[in-house]
Amino acid sequence: MNAELSAASTGPAGDEDVLLRVESLFKYFPIKSGNPFRRTRDFVHAVDGVSLEIRKGETLGLVGETGCGKSTLARCVARLYDLTSGRVIFDGQDISTWSARRMRPLRREIQMIFQDPYGSLNPRRRVGSIIGDPFAIHKIATGAERKQRVQDLMELVGLNPEHYNRFPAEFSGGQRQRIGVARALAFTPKLIICDEPVSALDVSIQAQIINLLADLQAKLGLTYIFIAHDLSVVRHVSDTVAVMYLGKVVEQAPVEQLWAHPRHPYTDALLSAVPIPDPEHVSERQRIILVGDVPSPINPPPGCRFHPRCPKARQACVDSEPELTPRLGDAAAHLAACHFPVQDGEDISKSRPSIGADLRVIETGLVGGS
Amino acid sequence: MTYNYSDLETVGELPAEPVLAAPEAEAAKKIEGRSPWRLAMDRLRHDRAAMIALGVIIIIVLVAIFAPVFALITGHGVYQQFRGPAPPIGLTPTGQPVGPTSAFLLGTDDQGRDILVRIAYGARVSLFVGVVATGITVGIGLIVGLAAGFFGGLTDSILARLMDWLLAIPFLLFAISLVSVVLVHPIGPIRPGLPVVIIVLGVLTWASVGRLVRGQVLSIREKEYIEAARALGAGPWRIMFIDILPNLLAQLIVYATLLIPLTIVGEASLSFLGVGVLPPTADWGQMISAASSVYLYGPWWYLLFPSVALLITTLAFNIFGDSVRDAFDPRGDLFV
Repeated sequence: MNAELSAASTGPAGDEDVLLRVESLFKYFPIKSGNPFRRTRDFVHAVDGVSLEIRKGETLGLVGETGCGKSTLARCVARLYDLTSGRVIFDGQDISTWSARRMRPLRREIQMIFQDPYGSLNPRRRVGSIIGDPFAIHKIATGAERKQRVQDLMELVGLNPEHYNRFPAEFSGGQRQRIGVARALAFTPKLIICDEPVSALDVSIQAQIINLLADLQAKLGLTYIFIAHDLSVVRHVSDTVAVMYLGKVVEQAPVEQLWAHPRHPYTDALLSAVPIPDPEHVSERQRIILVGDVPSPINPPPGCRFHPRCPKARQACVDSEPELTPRLGDAAAHLAACHFPVQDGEDISKSRPSIGADLRVIETGLVGGS
Repeated sequence: MTYNYSDLETVGELPAEPVLAAPEAEAAKKIEGRSPWRLAMDRLRHDRAAMIALGVIIIIVLVAIFAPVFALITGHGVYQQFRGPAPPIGLTPTGQPVGPTSAFLLGTDDQGRDILVRIAYGARVSLFVGVVATGITVGIGLIVGLAAGFFGGLTDSILARLMDWLLAIPFLLFAISLVSVVLVHPIGPIRPGLPVVIIVLGVLTWASVGRLVRGQVLSIREKEYIEAARALGAGPWRIMFIDILPNLLAQLIVYATLLIPLTIVGEASLSFLGVGVLPPTADWGQMISAASSVYLYGPWWYLLFPSVALLITTLAFNIFGDSVRDAFDPRGDLFV
């Protein structure tokens, strides 16, 4: 299995199949201090050196706790934010420093679907005009032709094209998310960034939207970056999954590989938190309960960022930052950033850190990582 | 182990709408959503107080427009003084105003002029100042507030400080001193009378609107649909005018309708103090001012009728403005 995976998913740097490459992307947000005379400024280290690759037609799942930088990373890739440093190479072009004006033609190729189907549609505008926005902005198709194309899009995402003249308030959450999908599809973009597209929806509606996205991918050959914190959803849609913690990717692997052999203790803890819809098996599972809260991204811990909460932490985890490389003889596509990766079958819920309590910032919070 | 999404075969289709046999235009109308505007207008139309107030406002506007007709029917010019000896006589032999008679329905003032005709002409000044000064206020406030809220940074700092500065000016004192200056040295087009009134009520009061708009823009700017517009490649102008502005209009319209009566009272106050519209132009504030000095000697009609005109006008606008607010914001979440 490993050999097969490595043949399928690793390639040389100039691989033509790669649609998007992110190279050591950093995004720091300055914190406004109340005192204008203070010299030094603090920064939120939202994304701290992330490198990724996405192949055409594939889906990259991006998971992690709230505040780990998933959405910031997505917005940097979409160039809604300027990068602090690093490169974003889309379809062979380095777009990381392009101005908003220069980005404009490329907006047709990179689109976003947003989390909140209520907040992402302007309440004062008709659905037809919202979905027609991309045509209006790029001055393509006017009048009857635009209406026709908008109605085609509505049909494509399973909306009644006759509802062209309605307002967002007259649709349900799932239908609104379809409107968001239709708007993103206007020019059949190469890359669609889905920023938690189903987190705000009911479970049954989630399935509809996810299946819609999967159908569209099959039909139109789309590439997705799929952000979510629901691991079952990610497992269902993704080809590759990247796990983020505090601005860094801690593990990245083809989806089944990651589920079968999680190497990073954080990934292991996340997977152990997925609910099991079978009461017979629940008791067999060892839930890994992390200690403490996610540390502040303003002043992240030294070494491995996960060490204050990691049950396997050693002195080395404080002293040096682990690289994101294949561990324990994994295929080249399975990367983990951990000095002491989890062995197959190892139960880390019984592990105890060896470093002293003075080094570990143990907080009073009981459960994390769910 | 996990939810199996492929079990749910509800991929794309929604149940098809029943085919409507009605003619196409009618069917289209049924499907067409009702805009927030339409809903507000419908609510307004069903508000009886609003409709009565609107009727009163329309009557006042008609009175202002057809003020010369009042002069024509009564045969009394707006500046005409009826000092006798030929009838009708508008002043008693001792030089006092004449009360309501068949010749002067609302009596005469201390110059022997017909109060009815002067009230009709006074409506012109009140409405003109009320609408024009409010328009200037809202226009400047909208542009500055949009710019400050949308561009942020240094632009915002400068404009926000400018608004604070304007709000700190005591406008009556400023008006009085401005008039005393321009009485002697007119500054360009700024001369005593209407120009000063418009400057004081229009150009100096936009800061409150600017603040309102800026606050709204600051909150709308962070909405996801603005980010969506950016992701689609919309430029700053498009975002400002297509995505943000429509979300401001309801509040602006409500604010403007409530600002008109305030401005009308402001104009009357300035004229009352003698720094507004100059005599002999007919003006309610000025009439009230003149009446208050002779009121002690008995001519109650001189004080009463202009005051009632002012009262009815501001009351009608206020009631209408309140109803407009209720119509646009029935749940009360726009305005606290």
